[in-house]
Amino acid sequence: MNTSVAAPPQTLAQKLIARAGCRDHAMPGEFVTCRVDLAMCHDSGGPRRLKPMLAELGAPIWDRDRVVLVIDHYVPAADEDARRIVRIAREFAREHALPHVYDSVGISHVVLPQDGHIRPGMLCVGGDSHASTAGAFGAYMLGVGSTEMLGVLVSGEIWVQVPHTVFMRWSGRLGLGVSAKDMMLSMIGRFGVNMGHHQAVEYCGEAVSALSMNERMTLANMSAELGAQVGLIAPDDETRTWLWQAGQREIELDGWHSDEDAPGVRHNFDASTLAPQIALPHSPALARDVADIEPTAIQVAHIGGCTGAKLDDLRAAARVLAGYRVDKRVQLLVAPASARERDTAEREGILRHLQEAGARILPTACGLCAGHGDAVPAESTVISSIARNGKGRLGVDSARVFLASPYTVAASALRGRITDPREVLWDSDSETVH
Amino acid sequence: MDKAARASGLLHRVRRAAAGGPPGHRVWRLPADVDTDALAPGRWMKYSAEVIAQHCLESLRPQFALQVRAGDVIVAGANFGIGSSREQAASALVHLGIVAVIAPSFGGMFYRNAFNVGLPLLVCRDAEAVDDGEFVTFDLSEGIVRCVADAAGREPGAQAPVFRCEPIPPLLLELVRAGGLLPQLKRRLPRAAGMAP
Repeated sequence: MNTSVAAPPQTLAQKLIARAGCRDHAMPGEFVTCRVDLAMCHDSGGPRRLKPMLAELGAPIWDRDRVVLVIDHYVPAADEDARRIVRIAREFAREHALPHVYDSVGISHVVLPQDGHIRPGMLCVGGDSHASTAGAFGAYMLGVGSTEMLGVLVSGEIWVQVPHTVFMRWSGRLGLGVSAKDMMLSMIGRFGVNMGHHQAVEYCGEAVSALSMNERMTLANMSAELGAQVGLIAPDDETRTWLWQAGQREIELDGWHSDEDAPGVRHNFDASTLAPQIALPHSPALARDVADIEPTAIQVAHIGGCTGAKLDDLRAAARVLAGYRVDKRVQLLVAPASARERDTAEREGILRHLQEAGARILPTACGLCAGHGDAVPAESTVISSIARNGKGRLGVDSARVFLASPYTVAASALRGRITDPREVLWDSDSETVH
Repeated sequence: MDKAARASGLLHRVRRAAAGGPPGHRVWRLPADVDTDALAPGRWMKYSAEVIAQHCLESLRPQFALQVRAGDVIVAGANFGIGSSREQAASALVHLGIVAVIAPSFGGMFYRNAFNVGLPLLVCRDAEAVDDGEFVTFDLSEGIVRCVADAAGREPGAQAPVFRCEPIPPLLLELVRAGGLLPQLKRRLPRAAGMAP
């Protein structure tokens, strides 16, 4: 009989914090000071807020090589205020000789992994709620405000209260026209916008393993809408392959998973019975089956934001729209999440399909979802693939914004009313009926 | 609360009492799920926290920024401050003079941000019984909220409702006592002489 005291089983979240806190274990509820592997700032919450505070402190940045600046919120600058904010960000980059700056090439949460900055096992902070996206790669990335970012920039450390973990196990496989966005909306609809109480959520099971990295990023990203601190997925070969293409050749997968008996609450779902979901205005928690809502005419269909306009999202929309034109009463707006994704979509012919369907292609930036650029028309009904639909999110309080997957947004654009994408998708290859 | 904050709270109460008002913090009662877009609307985010503050909660209570007074508190339903990591959601409240938010639960990032900008939050399951316009006092280290007067300024007498809150972690109490993270860092970090920008 083995009499040695076994280490208590740990969740992935505990293991990630323990590593960053230079210890073997981290128990839920404990406060741990963690060393930060990477800090991401963007033009909105970054330099314009940090610069005066850094000057006030008179302290240097702890490690420039671990700082990534992404200019994605106020570009292209629409007015003098936006130009000023972007100018401050660019000056900051020069003054501090920051080695990693991404200017007007896409949204931070997509650019960061795409350019090889995220690896399994890391502990990162991001000046944005959707920083949680890095959880798709088995990295712990905490969203923080400007002052907290200041603390990280001058110390390289952050305190974390070790979270409890809620395990979301998805068995089965998603059906045609059903995607990670639908999984996420159904979970938020069931558990509400603050189920997490800043705890960790871990997605697992056959249906999660079968998801592409882009789709996993949707789950991790919208963990913010569950109120979770992080949304993690244990890295696997799919992660390794994707990151290899992003230039990350040294990936450690070993150990970056929850132990079998790790403590936590467990919920089980069946992906094969999940129907396309839609969240009603003005909360992601008002989610239900698309088929269950009353006929709703739309004026704007929007595919954009960090959660809804990645390459796989553009592919999904094109699968519905290729060869057809959207309803003439609908304005279809597509803002690819990054320049690289837009270029790939162009090469694949997807962008052309979307344009021929009537889409207006917008700049690869946060755009509408961050309240910038032209707002949607007042009183309009909008269906969008973004992550949240609080009142005024798309620039006007009077707009009614529905949230759905790119499949559902595209199908709704086609019909001019909110439509279950399965009504317009055939199971055989890319053939569609309308 | 540190001496300065206690003193300013006391001063505020004395002033209010001298002006004929009840000795406590006036309550703004807000519903559940007040998100960061309501506190700091996206379209005003390009401006300073002072400007954002003028639009704080305008989609929910259009008169809030105009009518709120220094020393007031917010008592809200669950999930206050859910949504974005934007710190202005908390600093807008500080700018308007809000001295504490009391709610059954808070958005996680808002929770960190509030303490970082020196705004204390009290997690209190039962305070939802408090009505708009009532007057309360609170004690951060003891984690207690007391109703001291109704909206008309009448004191409730012997059965004054008292609500117990979850204890605030010592680390965060320290932050609030320091006035937030920036003043705390200022005290802790040796100022680097002649440091490049």
